[in-house]
Amino acid sequence: MARIVIDPITRIEGHLRIEATVDGGKVSDAWSSSTMFRGMEIVLRNRDPREAWLFAQRICGVCTTVHALASVRAVEDAVGATPPLNARLIRNIIAGTQYVQDHVVHFYHLHAFDWVDAVAATKADPAATSRLAQSISAWPNSNPAYFKGIRDKVKAIVGSGQPSLFANGYWGHPAYRLSPEANLMLVAHYLEALDWQREIVRVHAILGGKNPHPQTYLVGGMAIPIDPNSQAALNMERFDQMRGLLERAKTFVEQVYVPDAVLVASHYPEWFTYGAGHKTYMSYGDFPEPASGVPAYRFARGIVRPGKSMHVDDVDQAKIAEYVTRSWYEYPNERAALHPWQGETDPKYTGPQPPFEFLDVDHKYSWLKAPRYADEPMETGPLARLLVSYASGRADVKKTVDGALGALKLTPAALSSTLGRVVARVLETQLMADWLLDWHDQLVTNVAHGDLRVHDGSRWEPSTWPAECEGWGSHEAPRGSLGHWIRIKNEKIENYQAVVPTTWNASPRDAHGVTGPYEAALVGTPVVDANRPLEILRTVHSFDPCMACAVHVLDPGGGLIVNVDADRGAGW
Amino acid sequence: MARMAREQDPVMTATPLLEGRGLDRRSFLAFCGTMAATLALPASYAPAIASALTAAKRPVLVWLEFQDCAGCTESFLRASNPSVGGLVLDTLSINYHETLMAASGKDAEALLKQTVGNERGQYIAVVEGSIPTKDNGVYCTIGGRSALDIAHEVCSNAAAVITVGACAFYGGWPSANPDPTGAVGLGSVMPGTKLVNLPGCPPNGINITATLVHFLTFGVMPEVDAMGRPLFAYGELIHDSCDRRAHFDAGEFVEAWGDEAHRKGWCLYNMGCKGPETHHNCASVRWNDGTNWPIGAGHGCIGCSEPGFFDADTPFYRRLPSVPGLGVQTTADEIGVGIVALTAAAFAGHGLISIVRNRLQPEAVDEPAVPSDEEKD
Repeated sequence: MARIVIDPITRIEGHLRIEATVDGGKVSDAWSSSTMFRGMEIVLRNRDPREAWLFAQRICGVCTTVHALASVRAVEDAVGATPPLNARLIRNIIAGTQYVQDHVVHFYHLHAFDWVDAVAATKADPAATSRLAQSISAWPNSNPAYFKGIRDKVKAIVGSGQPSLFANGYWGHPAYRLSPEANLMLVAHYLEALDWQREIVRVHAILGGKNPHPQTYLVGGMAIPIDPNSQAALNMERFDQMRGLLERAKTFVEQVYVPDAVLVASHYPEWFTYGAGHKTYMSYGDFPEPASGVPAYRFARGIVRPGKSMHVDDVDQAKIAEYVTRSWYEYPNERAALHPWQGETDPKYTGPQPPFEFLDVDHKYSWLKAPRYADEPMETGPLARLLVSYASGRADVKKTVDGALGALKLTPAALSSTLGRVVARVLETQLMADWLLDWHDQLVTNVAHGDLRVHDGSRWEPSTWPAECEGWGSHEAPRGSLGHWIRIKNEKIENYQAVVPTTWNASPRDAHGVTGPYEAALVGTPVVDANRPLEILRTVHSFDPCMACAVHVLDPGGGLIVNVDADRGAGW
Repeated sequence: MARMAREQDPVMTATPLLEGRGLDRRSFLAFCGTMAATLALPASYAPAIASALTAAKRPVLVWLEFQDCAGCTESFLRASNPSVGGLVLDTLSINYHETLMAASGKDAEALLKQTVGNERGQYIAVVEGSIPTKDNGVYCTIGGRSALDIAHEVCSNAAAVITVGACAFYGGWPSANPDPTGAVGLGSVMPGTKLVNLPGCPPNGINITATLVHFLTFGVMPEVDAMGRPLFAYGELIHDSCDRRAHFDAGEFVEAWGDEAHRKGWCLYNMGCKGPETHHNCASVRWNDGTNWPIGAGHGCIGCSEPGFFDADTPFYRRLPSVPGLGVQTTADEIGVGIVALTAAAFAGHGLISIVRNRLQPEAVDEPAVPSDEEKD
């Protein structure tokens, strides 16, 4: 039995360490550890709630915008502000743009090299690569000269003695299965996507001044003014520019990302059988349809357990609780889970002093707590959203998923797997690219009707707030279910808490020894060569880890009483 | 003559190299031109930049991430020009960057070790994220080593060290009151090491690229201010290059989000804008290929390139304090000078940040707006 440590896990956001045992060519046990802690919730205490989003957004720069949105929703819920329709549409556009950019970057820059052998691409025949590309897509960058240029470029880099970012990859590993031509096409698209990702986020710059960390949210609405007759506001010139960017993003998703992901998936069919884990999936629901005025989410809310049944249970936040039994924190009762608003902050590191070789995985071993829903671990993210929406009968989701499953000759059960997460991510990107144009057009139509409002100022002044109030805001972020809780007292933040997607997914064991989703998904993953554990990266990366988001602290302020009504706050 | 000029043209000389790297001449020249402009150099410097960028052995860069959000990395990836994606792969050899590198685990660690051993004194180190100093550094470990340990080893053997972002500059939000992990900037744990600091939350990608190109072209880092910030990017107050400055001088202010003044692009001073005390070139180079910048999108500046801004500049929506007895224009300029002095002091000693905070917070809200209604009329 081999003991493996992978630290740093690269091509993720933040600091993740995986320890695993490998027995008979398969992972027999795994431990997921976050090795970084900052303490955002402690920093937020006693500050002006209206600026919480400017801090919270900076929990993460990869999933920028997501904590800003959850934060303003939480404060609005607490103080009773209602963002106008334009502001809600702008929020959808910013969040949707984040999905599209983030998922494409994940596929090409964070995940592709788990499936694509960049060095093998140098053996490709450019003409054959061109034929392959043209057989699966109308994307115009596909002639033999183009692929020859890319091949020569990759050859020059890997043959220069200075392979740069390509150094020490698991190139030549027997688990790589693509043809040299497919490898070359994917490497070419890796480079194209590197340029493309700069373009799509210009939507954030139009609406929020810059990316990363757009600067435009406000409690009560958005700071970007709308006025068709001003050159300092959103006007037709800016709307047109934005629509052009969204149209080109949709084209890239449809002609590059989707066919590439399908190509990769079709070459690794056994990866639809590995990496399932607990098969319990949760989505808070999000992307309300603003025009309808009621929270009819584009992504449905609920919990499904496809291992047992596809019945959709509603999410009741009262059933969320976190353990620290195996985390570097202290609770009065180490074996009890606490609701987020009862949690205590007592970071207490009991791991080995650095430098160390192994963690003490029999005891506490992570800066992540272990969130559980009714004592069950939950996977969140694209796969969870798609399964919940599919089971809830969302027509556009069902059509997209059925189409993809047909093309790949798979049943819905196959989605509970490593590659299932990859496929779910690309499918929801496809949906989002459509929805974005829809929201853009709704915004322009509303402006055409003379509505220029972007902010509800009735609750801007803290003097308009109750002396004490509390609220929560949720968001289905690209990586999964995100919740922020706030309690306000005398115009200041008394208590602030965030429970984020990667905390759910990368959680350590709980008091009962039940593993988190990463840990469960890794068990049974084949490992051909324990010195080059490429397969472990495949499953871990399929979740798209974001560690900076995941580590949070719950504060001992206590007594946060949240009205657990899932429509409240979460909607807008 | 024409032939000589051609032979001396570094781009022409470098053409085979460029082709080898899959880069067309036009994009490359455009990039060199953009770099010259960002660095405020005359266009005649573009050939020198081109020459430096096509050297046969590529300069080595390692990029460390500690208590970070990867936002600075993301911003680096947004650096503008059609071919910059290719350039960051081709022009430099990025031997270590956890978010981007193919290698993982011990194979990644080996690359860092090899670079420090084989390229001693020759590589560029870039640091993103703060460094926790409490409790033996257990709040950030990579490969079982503390951030502190890694930073010392890698940065003390580098040819040049650049910090990117507020966190590596002074500690960033992790160091904001009450600073749960003892988070500090690199300068605090590497006293005596000359750093080039590119603060911002995040810094603009184009300033990161421009600093690297400056170093590669001239062999020295750009000139910096007292806090190690390059003058080409942090030499002026936002207030002095802001395209809304005329509205400030004319006393035309936004008073409520979404009001007519807001839609017309008037000055955001009364909404808490920190432009008058913030040194950054946002107003001139803008963000995301020149698309926009925060004030252009209707929200005030939050002062993210100044030390201690998460404490010194908060509450963010509170108007900067006035200085009684001074006219409109003088007031903001004086504030700028005053805050620079205060933040410089704060940077010298972390504990002073709370003093800055106390100096800024009281009374500002209750005092009459600057300018008064009479002055506006």
